[in-house]
Amino acid sequence: MAQRAVPITSRVPAIAAAGLVLLLTLGTLGAVLWRAEWQGGLSPADWAAIRFTVWQALLSAAISVVLAIPIARALARRQFRGRQFLITLLGAPFLLPVIVAVLGLLAVFGRGGILNSGLEAIGLPTVSIFGLQGVVLAHVFFNLPLAIRFILQGWLAIPSERFRLAATLNAPIGRLLEWPMLRTVVPSTFLVIFLICLTSFAVALTMGGGPRATTVELAIYQALRFDFDLGRAALLAVIQFGLCVGAALLAWRLTGENLSGAGLDRVVQRWDTPKPWIDFLWIAAAALFLLIPLAMIILRGLPGMFDMPESILAAAMRSVLVAVGSSLLCTAMAFALALKGGIAVSVVGVLPLAASGLVVGTGAFLIVFPFARPSDVALLVTMLVNATLALPFALRAIAPAIAAIQQDFGRLGTSLGMGGWSWVRLVVFPRARRPLGFAAGLAAALSMGDLGVITLFAGQSEETLPLAMYRLMGAYRMEAAASAALLLLVLSFALFWLCDKWGRSDADI
Amino acid sequence: MKNTTYLPAVAGFALIATGAVADGHAPVLQVYTYDSFTSDWGPGPAIEAAFEETCACDLQFVGAGDGAALLARLQLEGPRTDADIVLGLDTNLTAAARETGLFAPHGVEADLDLPIAWTDPDFLPFDWGYFAFVANADAAAPASLTELAASDTSIVIQDPRSSTPGLGLLMWVKAAYGDDAAQVWADLADNIVTVTPGWSEAYGMFLEGEADAVLSYTTSPAYHLIAEEDASKVAWAFDEGHYMQVEVAGKVATTDQPELADQFLAFMVTDAFQSVIPTTNWMYPAVVPVEGLPAGFETLVTPEASLLLSPEEAASVRDAALDEWRNALSQ
Repeated sequence: MAQRAVPITSRVPAIAAAGLVLLLTLGTLGAVLWRAEWQGGLSPADWAAIRFTVWQALLSAAISVVLAIPIARALARRQFRGRQFLITLLGAPFLLPVIVAVLGLLAVFGRGGILNSGLEAIGLPTVSIFGLQGVVLAHVFFNLPLAIRFILQGWLAIPSERFRLAATLNAPIGRLLEWPMLRTVVPSTFLVIFLICLTSFAVALTMGGGPRATTVELAIYQALRFDFDLGRAALLAVIQFGLCVGAALLAWRLTGENLSGAGLDRVVQRWDTPKPWIDFLWIAAAALFLLIPLAMIILRGLPGMFDMPESILAAAMRSVLVAVGSSLLCTAMAFALALKGGIAVSVVGVLPLAASGLVVGTGAFLIVFPFARPSDVALLVTMLVNATLALPFALRAIAPAIAAIQQDFGRLGTSLGMGGWSWVRLVVFPRARRPLGFAAGLAAALSMGDLGVITLFAGQSEETLPLAMYRLMGAYRMEAAASAALLLLVLSFALFWLCDKWGRSDADI
Repeated sequence: MKNTTYLPAVAGFALIATGAVADGHAPVLQVYTYDSFTSDWGPGPAIEAAFEETCACDLQFVGAGDGAALLARLQLEGPRTDADIVLGLDTNLTAAARETGLFAPHGVEADLDLPIAWTDPDFLPFDWGYFAFVANADAAAPASLTELAASDTSIVIQDPRSSTPGLGLLMWVKAAYGDDAAQVWADLADNIVTVTPGWSEAYGMFLEGEADAVLSYTTSPAYHLIAEEDASKVAWAFDEGHYMQVEVAGKVATTDQPELADQFLAFMVTDAFQSVIPTTNWMYPAVVPVEGLPAGFETLVTPEASLLLSPEEAASVRDAALDEWRNALSQ
């Protein structure tokens, strides 16, 4: 790429953000390593876990991305009533806490679920969800929404003038416009989902049907909790980072260059829309697959909704506060990093995905413990960690938009002598508003559903909503837990919706 | 002898340093325990109120995941820990806990109502129960682990690498079958629908109808009977006997409140503590209160034989048993 002409902005925020990410990913790993007594290498069972982890992550990511392409295309080129709401709603599974989503899936695909009841009714043999198929199904359920959103953003970022030009020239849109766009969007989407599935633990074990489905993250859990073997936990975490770096390098090699040329922000109009029923079939299939389990979660939660214990509401308040703080921080960090740009930022942007949540929590505990009581800083640490863990998604949403703005308007900005704050405020911020809103919503919702570090830090009065939900389940209160899960779903979704809506408030697509 | 002269002064400084006297607040006793003990529905709140009436102190429960997470938390904190008491380990964890050197003898002489003799000088039981498979009353009930393995009954169990009940089942099979344990697991493999990370996931899946039975406790039906007035859940009694879970508490050696800690351990085996246990923790109290067990507990199955490996045995067979389990279920 030719040297970019981009107005100069301060580097300090980007460096601060990168510092926090490094501290919470590599720093926490270092803290665990520092406390570890070294004892030797990996067992054959560990190697089996590594193989299974990589295999299921590859399958899950590939299927998610392949399915997301036609769905995103259908959503991009069809206009219908409620389209925007449907797009937002399809994002919901990604925001669910694991156990909630698993129970929702089982209500559809499980032994007594809708699918098997249907099969039985028409005299067909029932199917078992448990096994590799279950792991992949659950991971696709979680990550298909993310893939659809990322790829849809790619489609919507193609300026409408190009479609108009292509239509005028009767040129092949697929080869000229869509394929190059997919080359830039698909590898990074694949990478993000691959890495999410790489660090999966509860989904893989629960849906996998047994120790065949052991992942690296479970081996880390065992090392930390049952064996208290910090050395082995750290070694496994290092391997997880290694897999992440390898996958990231491969994805970057395969990523195509973005086409240059700015549009005039018109609504996309398409002339190449043969066979609309195929598009609607895809949209209907995606909606059924993603929304029926969601509906089951709502049905399970409704009966107990109005006699939830008061402590649940306090926990919900706390979760919302943490989510808002973490969302603001995360979006600001992602914005600063995206403005800076470059390969170092890309590295910082994927590190949190490769980090083991358990190692981050344990390392943060080891760092904090000498200075403060863990429960005193529980919510602060949770906010920082959640902001960092959501950063890859926020950055993935914001960075392409900001890069495009700098590419398209950088020269104009420089020639006008714009720099620093006025460039950010007048040009970048308004134009990046849509991805910023999406990123903020994603970060807030992810933070709502997170059950990572809080389990290690929280006392009774720092309980968040997901933790309260787990504690209800642990006390046999499954119905109250289902209601807490529904509350969690509603709050996550509301936060996401509000932020996303703010981002779209001046857009007409 | 010379040192004794300074003792009052030293003690005075120590008290000021811990804030016990300096600002007029009641001394704080920190008890680390597992999450469900300290939740609003667990025994924690009632026990806190009862103990604070007698001790002129502030009893604080700190929840830390499950039993294994509790021990890991203590190990992470090391000798600098703020914990005075750790409550909620079981006998599968006490060998590792003792090895940390962080515990002091409990020093309590109590008349315990356990099916086995208790002689551990470091850890004192506060409740106990039997592991069992819990099912709906109308399901066909196998009479033993082997009969279960031979049937086509589906079960959901917990992973012994991440869950204390899961580890309990591992020890159950090992204690009942010794060298034949691997074969029992191989026979059970086709009954196991799935293995969950913790008790909550497994129990939730059972209630949703994903399996005929779930690994839990003989006392689980008491929850449904007493709290929900639902008599539809039963625990299966097995001929091999049932493995026990004995939940214990220990005094942390580095405590800054040794006398309060002793007072708490003594309180733990009195009625005020023990009468709270059955209908909040859904386990048997370590000492049956004067008024007896709550109505409904008499309906529970009582196993013919109680199985329990000593902490040292449990620790020494664990890794090999885990390998057997993993190999049998990975086929």
